[in-house]
Amino acid sequence: MSVKDKVIEIIAEQAVLEPSDVTPQSTLEDLGIDSLGLVESIFAIEEAFDISVPFNANEPMQSDFDISTVASIIAGIEKLLIAQKA
Amino acid sequence: MKRVVITGAGTVNALGHNVPDTLEAMREGRCGIGELDMRDVDRLAVKIGAQVRGFEAESLFNRQQLALFDRFTQFTLVAAREALSQAELEFSGELSAKSGVVLGNSGGGMQTLDENYRSVYEEGKNRVHPFVVPKLMNNAAASHVSMEFNLKGPSFTVASACASSNHAMAQAFQMVRSGMSPVMITGGTESMLCFGGVKAWEGLRVMSKDACRPFSANRNGMVQGEGAGVFVFEEMEHARKRGAEIMAEVIGFAMSSDAADIVMPSKQGAARAIAGALADSRINRDEVGYINAHGTGTTANDKTECGAVADVFGPHADRLLISSTKSMHGHLIGGTGAVELLACIMALRDGVIAPTIGYEEPDPECALDVVPNEARDANVTVALSNAFAFGGLNAVLALRKV
Repeated sequence: MSVKDKVIEIIAEQAVLEPSDVTPQSTLEDLGIDSLGLVESIFAIEEAFDISVPFNANEPMQSDFDISTVASIIAGIEKLLIAQKA
Repeated sequence: MKRVVITGAGTVNALGHNVPDTLEAMREGRCGIGELDMRDVDRLAVKIGAQVRGFEAESLFNRQQLALFDRFTQFTLVAAREALSQAELEFSGELSAKSGVVLGNSGGGMQTLDENYRSVYEEGKNRVHPFVVPKLMNNAAASHVSMEFNLKGPSFTVASACASSNHAMAQAFQMVRSGMSPVMITGGTESMLCFGGVKAWEGLRVMSKDACRPFSANRNGMVQGEGAGVFVFEEMEHARKRGAEIMAEVIGFAMSSDAADIVMPSKQGAARAIAGALADSRINRDEVGYINAHGTGTTANDKTECGAVADVFGPHADRLLISSTKSMHGHLIGGTGAVELLACIMALRDGVIAPTIGYEEPDPECALDVVPNEARDANVTVALSNAFAFGGLNAVLALRKV
């Protein structure tokens, strides 16, 4: 499964939606994911990809990890995966 | 001062997943204690407990709730739903703003602690689920009850080991009696039957390996249980105006501290709490027909408790009935007084005294009528519920028939 598909699967499960309802353009707010849902999603992503996501719930906008859309989350994870391999 | 009545009750414990099933088991003297079913049970020296069986959390809560609710919270919410559906109360406006929830609990989310300690210490994982803290905090159950039922008044959790529930219910009682709150949801909850929880108790060497036999000369210790008991304490006029079914009246309480030893109970401390509850209720000692004993089944507690009852009641001690239902549902630690209050309600409302089961040999140091092995019919006007905790913290409640 591609990174994109896996992330969409995790986010869809959190939002109690079908993966087909989650598009790269969706924001977490669009999907009805609140702050607790967000940290749970990040935990699931870390578990799935065995990475550590630099996200602080106190300052979500200041984090290196951009959570503004599903696409930005996917891009962030891909970057982390590359950094991890290097 | 307002009068306080009980207009709803709910429970989950080893005897039943609701009040009717629990009371039926108590009437029949059924034992909820059995072989423990948990991971690594072969590494435990104590392999028995009163576990809640057949509790299907997946059918009661959604995925999001399950991620947030430790087992002690799950028990509490099921018990609270039963109590509030009986009371037929909905909370909005002023009633919502003044009503709250005070619960007793000792260990918090022990299942969550156990699982996550295992994962980081034993399995060496460096990441835990983000909800570990909101799941294990002692007040989680009280908070979720407040959220589910829109209770916006004073809510908190009381921790005084084995007396937690009685201290909590005494606190809720005071809030209603003083006029501060028209309704308080109260009781207690515990779920300590996990490997770490049983192992810790094992260390103290006060646990029985075969049965809980309170007051019996051959008793050899306590047996742990789990579950929750939740009640609706309501100001009497408030309840009457809306035609609520009244189960019993709460008429008084007392708390005392032994200020002596961290584990050994004190007869004087217990006696001061019992006598204090009579004084607070403004009743004579000969009006008390039933005492739900703390009756843990340990050598020390049972003889100390019987001594305290004999001291407070004098000749009437030989006429009143005293039983320990821990012989059936085990010791629910911070939740125990709440489940035991059900036995007091049954005595007052139904005229049935729950027995002390597992009773085999009289002990001259516990020479009271402990209602051995079989339930008994009796017309009881006033009942007491005793709780004497480790740490020497005692709380006794008094209830009257309505």
